[in-house]
Amino acid sequence: MEQAAKAGPGPALDLQALWRDSQIDAALESLERELVGLSPVKTRVREIAALLLVEQARRSLGLQASPPPLHMSFTGNPGTGKTTVAMRMASILHGLGYVRKGHLVAVTRDDLVGQYIGHTAPKTKEVLKRAMGGVLFIDEAYYLYRPENERDYGQEAIEILLQVMENQRGDLVVILAGYRDRMARFFASNPGMASRIAHHIDFPDYSDEELFRIAELMLARMNYRLSEAAAEALREYIALRRKQPHFANARSIRNALDRARLRHANRLFARRGGALAAADLTTLEAEDFRASRVFRGGAVDAA
Amino acid sequence: MRLTQGTFSFLPDLDDAQIRAQVEYCLKNGWAVSLEHTDDPHPRNTYWEMFGLPLFDLKDAAAILSLIEECRRTYPNRYIKVNAFDSTRGWEALRLSFIVHRPEAEPRFALVRTEAEGRNLRYTAHPYAALRPAGERY
Repeated sequence: MEQAAKAGPGPALDLQALWRDSQIDAALESLERELVGLSPVKTRVREIAALLLVEQARRSLGLQASPPPLHMSFTGNPGTGKTTVAMRMASILHGLGYVRKGHLVAVTRDDLVGQYIGHTAPKTKEVLKRAMGGVLFIDEAYYLYRPENERDYGQEAIEILLQVMENQRGDLVVILAGYRDRMARFFASNPGMASRIAHHIDFPDYSDEELFRIAELMLARMNYRLSEAAAEALREYIALRRKQPHFANARSIRNALDRARLRHANRLFARRGGALAAADLTTLEAEDFRASRVFRGGAVDAA
Repeated sequence: MRLTQGTFSFLPDLDDAQIRAQVEYCLKNGWAVSLEHTDDPHPRNTYWEMFGLPLFDLKDAAAILSLIEECRRTYPNRYIKVNAFDSTRGWEALRLSFIVHRPEAEPRFALVRTEAEGRNLRYTAHPYAALRPAGERY
């Protein structure tokens, strides 16, 4: 208290210096660079980073406040980057000193819920203990709750989760993820869970242009590049693919690229004997994409 | 009489921050940490009872600390120790073991003299606490 009073007119705190020291800048920058689009998500991540930084500054003045609860829920369609952002979140929270270790434990219903009476509690507790000091990421969290079966053990796991989320919020951050409508139903039937989650982050679908940039990033990481005609074909592919069933945003794009690589390899193999330049090995051509069934209006084999 | 068994037992009792630091050290080395408790305070009694299973794959000491707290609540009048096992050689080797909780009062030990052949004397240290049946000591 004394300290706080003293600091009133005293030297201004250097938030900039704190910002530099936390090295959060690098984490946010890589988020900006490596994740295309997702502006609501990035805004929220920045807000959380700012909050934690200010909290740190307040603590250095002796202004006591319990750490803000940071449990989150990520909702969005398949392939919108929920898991990827969760990974980043773990290292950002670690950089800000909110979690001590910064590892991510990703689980689904199978890892939390047991098969017979008395099996669930030890299983859930074991997972929670492993996640202490880091981030617990529960994918497709709505499967925990099965209203159609009143003897389902999921409820037990939810209760243990709630207890730890409330009492040991300094020890771990829980992130629930899943599709939008089903998460909404999950929260509606578990008001306790909804009220303990401070941050609901919605992942929007990607636009065609964003998907194209994602494709470029993925290819660059795999040391491939697109010829001009291939870029044109890929743009057309994205526009067509979106209209077909089972479209899963970035995941569909990754699958399309993987199939294009197959055709690329096959094409090179078909004309073996001829000379092969380095450029041939790295360049995907239009025909690698045009061969896809998407262009013939047919359904794709898999997402 | 203060029971001296395991590491650090000649030092003052460790506080929770010190226990956390020790457990962090164990986890950093990749050792599996477990808890044991007993109410039979003989210095040669090394077979204590397990409290829960050893915890594998931990990254942070918070889980152990909460387990210690739980064990203290369950057995406030027993000795509790933390063990760290190293499995890198294919078997579980005990690397570190220290007492984290003791009963409030620790009775002394009686010296029992037994006459043996040829007027020889054999000595036994017998804890007064162990005169009562298990579960009612302390």
